This record gives sequence, C-alpha cells and structure tokens, in this order.
Amino acid sequence: MFKIVDRKEMADGSIIMNQIEAPRIVAKAKPGQFVILKANETGERVPLTISDLDAEKGTIEVIYMVVGKSTAMFKALDVGDAYQDVIGPLGKPTDIEKLGHVVCVGGGTGIAVLFPITRGFKNAGNQVTSIIGARTKDLLILEDKMKGVSDKLRVCTDDGSYGTKGFVTDALKDVLENSRVDLVVAIGPVPMMKFVSALTREYDVRTLVSLNPIMIDGTGMCGCCRVTVGDETKFACVDGPEFDGHLVDFDGLIQRLRAYEEQEKEAYDNYCATMGNQ
Amino acid sequence: MAEKSTKKEKTPRQPMPEQAPEARRRNFEEVPLGYSAETAMTEAQRCLQCKNPACVKGCPVSVDIRSFVGLVAEGKFSDAIHKIWEKNSLPAVCGRVCPQEIQCEGECVLGKKGEPLAIGNLERFVADYERTQGSGELPPKAEPTGKKVAVVGSGPSGLTVAGDLLLKGHEVTLFEAFHKTGGVLVYGIPEFRLPKDIVASEIASLEKQGMKIDCDAVVGKTVTLDEIFEDGFDAVYIGVGAGLPRFLDIPGENLINIYSANEYLTRANLMKGYRFPEYDTPIAMGKNVVVLGAGNVAMDSARTAMRLGADSVRIVYRRSRDEMPARAAEIHHAEEEGIEMYLLTNPLRFDGDEKGRVTRMECIQMELGEPDESGRRRPVPIEGAEFTMDCDLVVVAVGAGANPVLTQSDPEIALTRRGYIIADEETGKTTKPGVWAGGDIVTGQATVILAMGAGRSAADSIHKYLTWGW
Repeated sequence: MFKIVDRKEMADGSIIMNQIEAPRIVAKAKPGQFVILKANETGERVPLTISDLDAEKGTIEVIYMVVGKSTAMFKALDVGDAYQDVIGPLGKPTDIEKLGHVVCVGGGTGIAVLFPITRGFKNAGNQVTSIIGARTKDLLILEDKMKGVSDKLRVCTDDGSYGTKGFVTDALKDVLENSRVDLVVAIGPVPMMKFVSALTREYDVRTLVSLNPIMIDGTGMCGCCRVTVGDETKFACVDGPEFDGHLVDFDGLIQRLRAYEEQEKEAYDNYCATMGNQ
Repeated sequence: MAEKSTKKEKTPRQPMPEQAPEARRRNFEEVPLGYSAETAMTEAQRCLQCKNPACVKGCPVSVDIRSFVGLVAEGKFSDAIHKIWEKNSLPAVCGRVCPQEIQCEGECVLGKKGEPLAIGNLERFVADYERTQGSGELPPKAEPTGKKVAVVGSGPSGLTVAGDLLLKGHEVTLFEAFHKTGGVLVYGIPEFRLPKDIVASEIASLEKQGMKIDCDAVVGKTVTLDEIFEDGFDAVYIGVGAGLPRFLDIPGENLINIYSANEYLTRANLMKGYRFPEYDTPIAMGKNVVVLGAGNVAMDSARTAMRLGADSVRIVYRRSRDEMPARAAEIHHAEEEGIEMYLLTNPLRFDGDEKGRVTRMECIQMELGEPDESGRRRPVPIEGAEFTMDCDLVVVAVGAGANPVLTQSDPEIALTRRGYIIADEETGKTTKPGVWAGGDIVTGQATVILAMGAGRSAADSIHKYLTWGW
C-alpha cells in the first residue's frame, strides 16, 4: 500500500495533487519519468508522470485532472488513505544537458509534468524561458513553482482572464522571433503539443513532447501505448514517454486516446450515480 | 504376467468429462471438469508399470510418473501428491497446461498400440484432490540455511525455483513487476484453461512455506540487481519471460481495436476486463474477430473473444494446418467452439473508419513452396489472390521477443543478438556472478513446463552455489 501524506485541490477541485509515500521510487526517479497507480483491487492501471519528489520524506508527487471514474476514485482518496499499487519509475528520463536557451511550454496539468524538467534544465546551467497557459485563470496551476525555476515566465489564458490573452503558441512565436532557441519542451494537451511542434518546425527548433497514451503494464509488455514516430512504431512506456515532436503522429495518438470513450463514459456515469445515491 | 497386461490394455483411456461446446463458448468456467476418484483409479490401473519408464524421460522435470500413477491406482492419493512434489511444485498447473502428448504421454508404451495413459489428467486429479480434500500438509522442509535468494518474475520458472529453494531451507523473495503474482499463468492463460484460484492457491502454499512476495517491483527500474545484492541477497534468479509483443509491421496496424495478444489477454485475464464495469479496465467486445497466428496464445485469444460474445472468430495463419504450433487439443477445443481456421492466408494491411477503428483486413492466399531454414515448407503468395475480411477486432498473436527493461539495466548480463540472456544450458548461470536465468528470457517463447525445467536445473545449481560456493 502507498499512503497519501499530503493532498491539495486546485482549479476548483478539478485538479488534484497527491504526495505519496514511495521511498523506493523516490530513490530512482528522474525528471520525465512516470508511475502507474491503481487505487484498489478492481481499479485500472493509470499512468501519471511524476511532478516532484521529496527525498527526505520519501514521497513522490503527482497532479492529475479529474476526467473519469479512475481519477474520480483517486480524488476520493484522502490524506492517510492509500493507493493499492504505485509502480515505477517507468519510462526514460529526460535527456537533460546544457544547450543554451531552453523554452519550456506547458498547458493544463502538463505544467506539472513540465516542472521537474524545467528545473533540471535550469540546474544544468541553461537559460530557461517558460510559457504556461490555461483556458482560464482558475485552471492555471504551479505559476509560482515555474517562476522559481525559470529566468523568464510568460503566462497566457485563452480568455484573457489572467496574463496575456491567447494561446501558448502565440507567446512561443514571439520568443522564437526574438531570440535564439536551442530546444523547446512542450507538455500539455495533445492538440497543444501538436500546434507547438508545427510552429517550431517552421523555425527548425528541436522540440521534445511528453506523450500520455493509454497503458496497461508500462514496461513494454502489451504494446497498448504504441505511437507512430517518423516511420516507426514506438512504445511510449519504454521508448518514451518523450519523443521528437516533429516526428510524432499526433492525430493517431488523439484517436487512440479515444479508444474507450464509450466505456469510460459508462463507467463514470455509473460511478457518479452511485456516489450521488449515497 | 502377459495375461495381466493384455487385460489392462483392454480398458480404454478414460475420457475427460468436459463442458459441452455450445455452453462453454459463452462462459469463462473451466472446460475440462476433472476425473472422479473412481475414474482416476480406473485410468491409473491401465499403467503397465514399465521397468524402464519412458514417460519419465519425456518429462522435463522428471516426475516419477510410474510411482505416482501406481499410488493413484491403489487409491493412495495423498502419497501420490507427495511423490509428484518431489519433482514438481505446480502439479495443478502442469496437469492442465503441459503438452503431455509430446512429452510423457508421447513416450508412453500404451500409446504404441492404442491410447497412451492419461498422465496429465491423473496429475491434475491428484493436485485437485490435495487442494480440495487433502490435509493441507506442506512438503517437508530442510533446516534454515540463512541464505537469501531473490527470484525475479513470478511465472512458472520463478515459482519452481522458489519452491525448490524453500524446501532446501533458503529464504526466498519473489519480485514481481505487476500488482499480482503468477506471471503468464495469471495474465496470459485464460480462466477457462487455468482457473486463477488454482494459481493463487499454489502461490499461497509457497507463502505458507515462508516465501516473501514483493509486487510492484520492476527490477531494472524500481530496484537494480546490484541493489538486490546490497540488500543482502546471496543469489538472484531471473525468470521474467519473453514480454515484448511482436507485430507484423504492416500498414494500419496501429488502428484502434488491434491488440497484441499480450494486451488482449492481460485486459481479459489479469485486469478482468470481461467483468467490466465491475472491474474498471475495459476491453473491446468484437463481433467479427480475427486472430493472427496459430499457437496456443492465438487459440487462447480466439476462445476468449468467443466468450466475450463474438459472432465470428477467425484464426488467420499463413502456413497450413500441419505447421500450426498450438497443441492439437487446443485446436480441437477451439474448432468445437465454432472458431474458423483461415489457413495459408497472410494479412497485408488494415483499414479503418473515421474514428480510427479497424473495419477490415486485406489478405492474400498463400500456397506451400520449398522447405525453408526451419524445415517447414515456405508459404508463398498466390499472385492475384488478394481478398478482404471485415473485422472489428484483431488480435496479433505472432509471438513475443525479449523484453529489455531488466537486461538493459545491467551490462554484466551478456545477451544474444536477439536480446535473450545467455545462460549455461545445464545450470542456468549467466555471465554475472551470483545470477541465474531461465525460461522464455533465455530460450525465447516456449512452454510452461520447459520454463519449469529450466527453473529446476537452476535451483539445483543455486543450491550448490549457496552450499559450497560454486
């Protein structure tokens, strides 16, 4: 069992942070790696990228948006409750090195995944510009943490309720126009990563994206998470989760993420109905 | 004497009672129902009790078949299980999934003139009798040696190593990457062929003998082999299986509802997808299902799809019936359940709808040409013989390769060109001191009993190493 030692609700309770006791994983985890969580005996195996660590407390942190039954069940876990299983760290760590100017672009809960990677690039001596965005002010997370590990931070909201009105791609275009950029790291909703990659291709700037396909084992055994990268099929769990954004077939990824949309809706509706009756 | 054996040969092989095909094709309950005590004794009495029993030579773990069958014939079921335990710690599993027809039963003298002795059915009977009506007594154990062994992977070879070394007095911890132990016995082989409570009870029995279990431990990621040694383990056995699914690498293979057999069976068996939404992991319920490949895993996938409500399930295989790698009994069971065989048929591409879901498969008819390097006649396409099959679920069951998660984490473990661990054929020793390996990660995809055989030899070698230091 893996106990939750701290928990925070963000964005009106639609985004949840958990700190989970997992000393063995803490000892190994590097930026960019993920864990698989399973709430209980009948639960799904859900992959979430690690958003932070506390080596002294022996805890990992994950941040997730409540989108269906499994994440609703995670949300129902309180401090002191436990996940039945937490497996990791899985996937390849981010290849962090000193490159010069690195631009880190995050959207939604992707900002949580982006944070340790941004900190890694900052600590490796890079000049780091970060651009984070959300649909609206209330959904924006981790602004202070991102500010602490970036030389410059730009904030955008789609509706203009906070920061600059517009998409992260608008701010990124401005940075690409006005400075030399050695690497872009983009993590967020798949369409966002797709548009960022399309933009950076025009500027011929190498771009890393972190993918979040459906997984089961997370160790290369089932092939559920396969994505097309260039001409090849890759397993996001062991070959990734980070890939060259200029080579990823994002449309294929979006389709595969919707593979179970009907079952997911059925499960979530049942869950909400059961909870509503209690 | 001559008269006696003639009489024995006249008793026919006792058939295994089974669920009727029309009922079982829609449920997940076990297909064979098992012998009664009476039937088991009748069958066991057919045994000729040969002086030099060929059956034992056919068994990869050398179970003393003649003796245990003799005990069954006398109704001494408890003594019979003790006899099997001397060589095999998982008889309830082996009685169900071993390919006896090419092993013990394939060598049986009775089989030369008539039907061989039903050794698998008897082994299964004895193990089930012990589990349900036995004393719950555990096999006798040696004095503690104070030595600690880590077994990585809780499939058949790992469980065999664990069972053997526990009896020799060593401490054993089982490391498993999944949230549940049993390896392929739990994620791969379906409930209707190997009920999961039987696997659980075999593992529970090892726990009663002192085995510790460490689930959610991905060796190579969560812990390394060197850290296992630092934690005070004296030896490590690697039995992680061949967990890397092969695909065909043809256009459209990443469409939705095209699964590897590993994914399909894991969703169904380990995650209990067939009980969605009671269990949270969904699985596609195909109406027109195509399974590519013709091994045991392909049969398991096809029969699972039928049980999940398919209207039609087709096995598509590029060679002919003679080359199908599955056990004859599995093919027979599948056909009885209405699964169709499309032989000498090779898939070329998949097409999908606007949502990216597979809708049809284009194939080409093949014919047999000259023998290839495997000695089997090579299938060659017949020009112009393309055709399409409608399908809404495809399971790719064309084998598995070596999973690199553990092996790439430790450069001291030497690998073959194809990524399998190089281990001594007799002892299972790898190139890293104190580390043994066996099963599919050494041999490539094979059977449960061969993995257990490798485990048995490695356990002997590990015991020598722990006792004398070599």
